[in-house]
Amino acid sequence: MEQILQDVDAVIDQWGAKPESLLQIMLDVNHKFNYLPKESLLRISERLRMPINQIYSVANFFKVFSLTPRGRTMVQVCTGTACHVKGAPKLLDRVRQDLGLEPGQTTEDLALTLETVNCVGACASAPVVVVSGETHSEVTPNKMAALIKEIKAQSA
Amino acid sequence: MKRLTSIQDLDALRQQIIEKRKHIRKRIRVCNGTGCHSQGSQKLVDVFEKVLEDKGLTREYMVVPTGCNGFCAAGPIVVIEPEEVFYQKVKPDRVADIVDRSVLGDEIIEDLLYVDPTTGNRIVHEYEIPFFAKQQRIVFKDTGSNYVRDIEDYISRGGYSALAKVLSGMTPEQVIEEVKISGLRGRGGGGFPTGVKWESCRRAHGDIKYVMCNADEGDPGAYMDRSLLEGNPHQVLEGMIIGGYAIGAREGYIYVRFEYPMAVENAIWAIHQAKEYGLLGQNILGTDFSLEIHVNRGAGAFICGESTALMASLEGKIGEPRGKHIHTVEKGLWNRPSNLNNVETWANVPLIINNGGAWYASIGTERSKGTKIFSLVGKINNTGLVEVAMGTPLRTIIEDIGGGIPGGRKFKAVQTGGPSGGCVPERLIDLPVDFERLKEAGSMMGSGGMIVMDEATCMVDVARYFLNFLVEESCGKCIPCRVGVKRMHELVVDMCEGRGTPEHLTKLEELCHAIEETALCGLGKSAPNPVLSTLRYFRDEYDAHVYDKKCPAKICKPLIQYVIDVDKCTGCGVCRRRCPENAILGVNKECHVIDEEVCVRCGICIEACKFKAIDIE
Repeated sequence: MEQILQDVDAVIDQWGAKPESLLQIMLDVNHKFNYLPKESLLRISERLRMPINQIYSVANFFKVFSLTPRGRTMVQVCTGTACHVKGAPKLLDRVRQDLGLEPGQTTEDLALTLETVNCVGACASAPVVVVSGETHSEVTPNKMAALIKEIKAQSA
Repeated sequence: MKRLTSIQDLDALRQQIIEKRKHIRKRIRVCNGTGCHSQGSQKLVDVFEKVLEDKGLTREYMVVPTGCNGFCAAGPIVVIEPEEVFYQKVKPDRVADIVDRSVLGDEIIEDLLYVDPTTGNRIVHEYEIPFFAKQQRIVFKDTGSNYVRDIEDYISRGGYSALAKVLSGMTPEQVIEEVKISGLRGRGGGGFPTGVKWESCRRAHGDIKYVMCNADEGDPGAYMDRSLLEGNPHQVLEGMIIGGYAIGAREGYIYVRFEYPMAVENAIWAIHQAKEYGLLGQNILGTDFSLEIHVNRGAGAFICGESTALMASLEGKIGEPRGKHIHTVEKGLWNRPSNLNNVETWANVPLIINNGGAWYASIGTERSKGTKIFSLVGKINNTGLVEVAMGTPLRTIIEDIGGGIPGGRKFKAVQTGGPSGGCVPERLIDLPVDFERLKEAGSMMGSGGMIVMDEATCMVDVARYFLNFLVEESCGKCIPCRVGVKRMHELVVDMCEGRGTPEHLTKLEELCHAIEETALCGLGKSAPNPVLSTLRYFRDEYDAHVYDKKCPAKICKPLIQYVIDVDKCTGCGVCRRRCPENAILGVNKECHVIDEEVCVRCGICIEACKFKAIDIE
């Protein structure tokens, strides 16, 4: 708890405690903890002198923020138009079959969170899957299954 | 680096850099754009550097990690200058070979060359490849040859000379006049005349004004803004600085999607370098003009590409748009005059200043001037970024530059303009592409995504896809968009799943018109476009879904069936073992069958079958 607040303070200090820094601060905190802990939002509200309901509405509005803890590995399946046309839905089907996981859900062991993302701008390599920031191109359902298996094995 | 304090300083520095680089005999360009990066191009850069270092050749031969080359289908790409020998799909284990034969020697490595699929000829030089030969690259010219993180590389090729020209005697009004003469229109979608926008912002009352760059490129399937900002950030920055001078701003923002981490990093890097060199910050090039620019990341909301929503989110609020009875050039960020242009628009500005508005206006069509970068993706052979003059026929883009459709399939339509745009069908393939003509055809320019679709794409499914996108991305402020688009989505889903009735079609059309008229912002008003344009050109597909309960493109799962061809099946059993649902029955060496009730139509069996014995009906 103390540690969380210290980290949050450091982020706020870096950006400055002003309204135009709000999104940047929240992005960094979200990235650091992989979600937005409740204490962090309260702290941001206090230091930026912005009402907590405004902070909460921002946290709810933007897709990137999560209010619950997420998996250690983030698996993002791009569902941009090019990826859709080239078979991204089949990749999601495969994860659904293998793990019973829907987009937005996290495995019980917090190993991975599955997400969809509207276009990562790597359309020429469609369909694309981003695993912890690393882009995999031209993914087939079989490649997808292998990727998931690898992540599960690593975290076990 | 000592800050440059005059325009002469900049010229002197340029000469110094050119002098300093005279001893370089060859430059090895390794594309490090998004496409090539995802295929491991960073590793190539590292290996090239190591090989040259081991041989002690780093002084004469330079490895250049560049921005996006544009020909993403051929990645990872290596180009050796000055001859511009083009190697495609290069793997790290070929690096030593390339250095020995093509860098130190002048030999051409045949098997790394691009093969023209129509003639079968191997092509040696980059400029001879049809993909490049038919383009007119002016804005995107340097992105693929620019040393991304090196401001000196940009300066050496004439970078910041437009800024110097502006600061050495042009008044803000003259700058605006030049941009007006050029006829440049906003590349973000709306196509509003840039010079007019600047003029309104300059004339607006207020001491503090903002210059802003919209890099919240949200249209799925478009990535030219990403590539520009990532690959040539100084060109964008130079445009912004000139714009800031013209409107009278002292502060600026680049609002960029967090999904583009490399673009964020490179933009920050470029700002840092420009400040160090005295090209940004206090007293730019020793003049009275000062400008600070900040980089702000978006947080994954498509709506934030809309100007008022973008500014709201910058103020620390949720990204909801407001009515535009007062324009942002008068009351934008913090209610102050704010001039927002998109990345590609800014990148055009230095060219216009350097070459003159009249030169720029000589390119393109009557009302759409200059060039446009398109991202050509989907079912097309040469996926990549394509820059052509406005008014270039769609056929040239799809067939000559794009190299046609893979697998010998038929071209069906191209989707332009993202979720606010529409589909242009095959019979309009000779359409000259510019702002007006696309609009007449029921689509729009948008930021320039072109998603090519072949006969295996279901247009009702495409409409469903965009509606789903819009349902997710609607900010929820106005009812037509929040509820109306959701109802549209439900209607189209019904059609895709075999529950469609003729009433669905009439209701869908009614909703389209109601939403168009009543939604608050551009996103809502244009939300029906994907449906309207597919209804206009592909009515027969909707009819097939509704009346015959069939999906002609064989995409909508509830309307199709997987069947094994008795004549082709050898009974090898691969599909049976691979089927995750155990829906395939049969014994070895005998024809298998699919249990229709259990099959989820995932397509794994089709992928697995070596004999192409599984059909969709």
